[in-house]
Parts: sequence; structure tokens; C-alpha cells
Amino acid sequence: MANKLISEMGLPKSISNIFAARNITTAKDALSLTEFELMELLDVGLSEVRSALAHISEIVCPPYQTALLLMVQRTKDEQLGGHLPTQLKGLDAALCGGIPFGVLTELVGPAGIGKTQFCLKLSLLASLPAHYGGLDGHVIYIDVESKFSSRRMIEIGAKSFPEIFHMKGMAQEMAGRILVLQPTSLSEFTESLQQIKVSLLQNQVRLLVIDSMAALVSGEHEQRALRQHPLGWHISFIKSLAEFSRIPIVVTNQVRSQSRDESCPYSFQAHRRGGTLEDTARHDSHLVAALGIHWAHAVSIRLVLEAKSGQRFMKVAKSPISPPLAFPFTINSSGISLLTDDGTELVGPEINAIYCQGHNDIINFDGER
Amino acid sequence: MEVSRLPISASQRGKLISAGYTSLSSLSSVSPSDLARDLKISEREAVEILKVASKGNRVGGSDGSQSIINGAQNAWDMLHEEEMLTRITTSCADLDNILGGGINCKEVTEIGGVPGIGKTQLGIQLAVNVQIPVEFGGLGGKAIYIDTEGSFMVERALQIAEACIEDMMEYTGFLKNDLQRNLQACQVKMQPKDILENILYFRVCSYTEQIALINYLDKFISEHKDVKIVVVDSITFHFRQDFDDLALRTRVLSGIALKLMNLAKKFSLAVVLLNQVTTKYTEGSYQLSLALGDSWSHSCTNRLILYWNGNERYAYIDKSPSLRSASAPYSVTSRGIRNSTSNCKRIKMM
Repeated sequence: MANKLISEMGLPKSISNIFAARNITTAKDALSLTEFELMELLDVGLSEVRSALAHISEIVCPPYQTALLLMVQRTKDEQLGGHLPTQLKGLDAALCGGIPFGVLTELVGPAGIGKTQFCLKLSLLASLPAHYGGLDGHVIYIDVESKFSSRRMIEIGAKSFPEIFHMKGMAQEMAGRILVLQPTSLSEFTESLQQIKVSLLQNQVRLLVIDSMAALVSGEHEQRALRQHPLGWHISFIKSLAEFSRIPIVVTNQVRSQSRDESCPYSFQAHRRGGTLEDTARHDSHLVAALGIHWAHAVSIRLVLEAKSGQRFMKVAKSPISPPLAFPFTINSSGISLLTDDGTELVGPEINAIYCQGHNDIINFDGER
Repeated sequence: MEVSRLPISASQRGKLISAGYTSLSSLSSVSPSDLARDLKISEREAVEILKVASKGNRVGGSDGSQSIINGAQNAWDMLHEEEMLTRITTSCADLDNILGGGINCKEVTEIGGVPGIGKTQLGIQLAVNVQIPVEFGGLGGKAIYIDTEGSFMVERALQIAEACIEDMMEYTGFLKNDLQRNLQACQVKMQPKDILENILYFRVCSYTEQIALINYLDKFISEHKDVKIVVVDSITFHFRQDFDDLALRTRVLSGIALKLMNLAKKFSLAVVLLNQVTTKYTEGSYQLSLALGDSWSHSCTNRLILYWNGNERYAYIDKSPSLRSASAPYSVTSRGIRNSTSNCKRIKMM
């Protein structure tokens, strides 16, 4: 609506002609200027500018809904109440049914912890027929790191849903619903995102996976304090994509090491803390999620995958509906499974810390392969 | 006062000045037809200019009888008005304490913090709490929730609304019988879905829409008079990524802040702006600070920062004309924002 033409808004001819003459054609052009700048530019009085702006604003401004209507609509229109079940009972319970539609869900963790495994499983789930608890739709999988393995995906499918995958032709059909894109550069990624926008609605796409977001930005960007985030445009684009097609979007993110002087408190905290607390709290966690704080604001749900003293954990680190919980999990031939469905509640710095201690020595494929 | 400060168009101003009308007093005795002839403009325009000029004159001059300056109010009256001010509870007693009873109506309050600290939670909580009926010490108003990020969760609003009604039930249990009957009468009416019904939700998808909406709010609220809080979650999002000209961004933002402040005063409602944080490099180290820059930080009346202190969530009053800077712990529970559970010292004055 921001690009609506001023000439089509039914303003009095005299004033809309002035707008046109000064090359202010869209609502965006007009509203990005202050009243006084417009007065200068259009050479009209304050009251005219005010009334014109009020008129334009009223037309451009989005309609409102009551929260009740929003809820009724969502439960009516959407499969499974607007959530993609992960079939990990504890996690589904914490997230009110699974990965929610319409927002970004982030998976962050060190290399090899199981992010891609989780993505593969989710892709399968979204493509499964509805009576098996799936969304019965297509999946677009943007594989930036070239890690997608269809063999592994079929294996996960065959182990977790043997009744489907042993039916003749089903494996082919399920795998056929998952479309993999492998962009090699940021510009290619940008291009495919724009294409996706069109095809999302036409093709019954029920899930978008981006594995991973961080790989697109080379490390050097983060060190420099940029005014604008290198992925700024992508972040808002992906968010609006999720919102308007009402599908879940799952994005993975890498970790990077944190240099000590970066652990920053607010200015009013600095003099009180004096460094004692920080040293103990931050000492053993040198990993933080990549892409910075701006990105962290943009995701609605952050799931941290980590390894602590030989055990893998999945943590709900940010969620509007769930308290911070941690679930121990393992990876076996059928993908990720939780060891217990009762999560332990976390407090304080524990929530956002990412540990990476010796998950490499535990191999859980114990002889099944 | 000079002609150059009149809110008229640039060409009219230019004509006035070149015709020798530089001060307002020179305009005071001119007739519209003379002015039209001198400036070579139509008589109607001339009348308009004189109307604007006489208005400008009055603000500057004395008006005699009631007050010395038009539109001013003396401090005693203001004190009286401040005492009548209503506040919206945050559902966390410690936080209410340092805020002097809750979020002030007639003021703009900015709340910022790191991702996951509970900004949206507090926003939803306030949108629910504003509806607590007057009998229970609330405002019984409606809420406008402006969502720029898509982070509003209806399921969560429902949880908080249910808990809020439960709390009110519990509260009636403590009261004497006659009062209780009264309260129960109004309680039967309150249902979680009524609370959701009274949250008016706007989803804003670009900064243009955000500006448009804030321009339009004035009209919207005069049609929906019982709105008592406007929550913007968050003020930052679109301005942070889509704006290239930072000087222009600052000007547009301060325009928005002014409009919101006027709204707050005019309809005596609370405006709550949620803001994100950013890292800033000062004095040789990185520090967290709220986004949108230094000039933005002047535009809100109150500023509340949410942060982690060890294992607890704390709120800190960073800026306020009337409150001491203090911090208080709070917690986010399944029922919403509540007191922190730990028994250590609650409020720390600084």
C-alpha cells in the first residue's frame, strides 16, 4: 500500500496536481518528508499540507482487526491451528503445537550439532499427508552450504514413517515435493527469494527452510560496525514472506566465537558490575550466535542446539509463548529424538549461552548403519 | 515576530518580504485588498495570509483577562492534574513501585531491551491490563496494538487475559459482601474473549504505513474514545533497515514522536514504544544502547530498559522527569509479567 499513487486517492485536483508536478507520486514519497519540507517543496500553506497528508494517511493506513477476530480466523483457516508439529512431544507442548506459521524460527548451534538433520526432518513433516500429521504441501529448501542430502532424508523418512515410505511410490512422491535451491552468492540468494515470493502462493508451499543464513555473509562483515546490516533487506523480506503466506520459515544460523571485550553491558551497568560477574559468567562460553543483535531481534523463536559435557541439548532460548526450556536429545538414524519430554527450565545467562563440548565423541548411529 | 516564521507557503512568504512586509505589525493594519494588490495575489489568498498572521500575532501578544500567555497552564493546576493521572499496572508490584504505580497516561514511555528479555510480553500485558474495570482500580479502556514485526501472538494474549481474569476473581474473594456483589456483577461480563475483542490490532508492513497510521491515529481515536493505551511493537523495525538517509530518518522520527506525544495529551492515554537495542562503540569498548540514535533518545518522556542481571530480569528507569532512577526485578511467567520469585532484596535505589 506504500506505493499507492497519490493521483488515485481522490484528493482535490488542485493539490494532487501540485504533488504530481513536484514528482511526488506515491504515498511513500509524500510521507517520508516532514510537513515543513513538503510546504517548501510544494509551495503551499500548512493547512493544505496537513489536510492532504491526513487524507493520504487515512488511505494508506492498514485496517485494524480485533485480537479475537485474529484468533478466530487463524483457528478456522489454518491446518493444525497454525503450527507445524515437530513430533518431538516436549518441544511441541512448549511451543503450543509446533513451529508456528507466519514467523521466523531460528536454529542456532555449532557445526555438526544437528541443525541440518532437524531441517530435513521438518521438511519431511511438512510434505507428509495430513492424516499422518503433516501439512501435505511442498517445501522449498534453500541450501546455501550444500549440505542437503537426499539419501539421508529418505533414510530419516523410512525409519520414522515406515508405513508411508514402504508404500510403493510414496518415497518418490514425498521427496518430489521438496524443492532444493542452491544459491552460491548473496545476489543469487536475493534473486531466488524474489522468485519464491511468487511461487509460494501458487504452489501450495507449506514450509521454507534456509540452511544457513550466516553462510551468505562472509565473516569480515561482522567485525566492522556497519550502520546497516548486510542482510537488512533480506531480513524484512523473509519476515514479510512468512507473514503473508502464513507458512513457517525455519532458518539456521552459525555460531562464532566472542571476543571478551565484546560482552557489553549497558552504560549504567558498567560501573556497578566492575567485571567480576562477567568474568565468571562468560568464562566458559565463548560462542555466540552469528549475524548480531539486529538479526536476533528479527526472529520470533530461537532454538539453540548445543553440546554440554558430551550431551546434546535443545534449548528454547527465545519464544513468545514458551518459558526457556532445555531438552536433551540424540541423533539416530530416524533423525532427532528427545531423551525426555520434560524440559528443564533455565534462568539467566544459561538461556543464551551456547556450549560446544565434546559432542564429536558420541556417535549415536550405533551399528544401525 | 517576523513574517518568515508564519506557516505559509514559501512563495507567499517571498512575496510578502519582497513587498516590504517583514514584520507582523506591518501586516496588522493592512486590508486584504491592499495586500492582494501589493503582492499580486488573489484577494482570497490575501485573506488567508492575514488570518494566519493575526493568529500568529495573538500568540505573541498578551491576551489580558484570564492568563498571561494563551495556552499556558500554571504549575499548581498541573500538579492537581498530575495527581488525578491514572496509571496502568504492569502486574509486577516491584515494577509498579519504581514507576510510581504503573505506566503513566498522558506520557510517552519507551521500553527497550535485548532480544528475548520480554518486551513484547510487557506490551501484551499492558494491552490486557488497561482493560481492568474501574471497579478493580483499572481504567476499563481499550488498547491499540501496532505490530511492526509480526511478533504479536494471539495465543499468548489469551493466556495473559485468562490469568488476568483469574486474578480479579481472587481479588473479589478478599472483599466484604456488599462490595463483592457489585463486583461480581461486572465480572460475569468479563470473559477472556472480551479482552481480546478490545485489543485493536494493526499490522504495519513498511515505514510508510507506520507514518500513515500514526498520522491517522488522531482521527481513529476520536472515533474510538475509550482507547487508553497505544502500544507500538516496535518503533524501530522498519526504520532500522529501509531508511538510507539518516538525517531524514531523524526528522521523520521526531515528527512521529511529537504526534504521539500530542495524542497522549489530547486523549489522556498512555503511549508505549518498544525499542530494540544496538551495540555502540564508546570510550574504547562496546556498549549496549537503545536503537535509533541519540537524538531519538530525547523524544520520549520516560525510558525503561529491561536487562539481565545475573539470573534475573530487571527493569531500570533510564530517564524520567519525575521518577528516581531505580531498578526492580520482574519475571515472565506463563501467566504474564509477575513479581520476581526470589527473596533477595527487591528494589535498589541508585
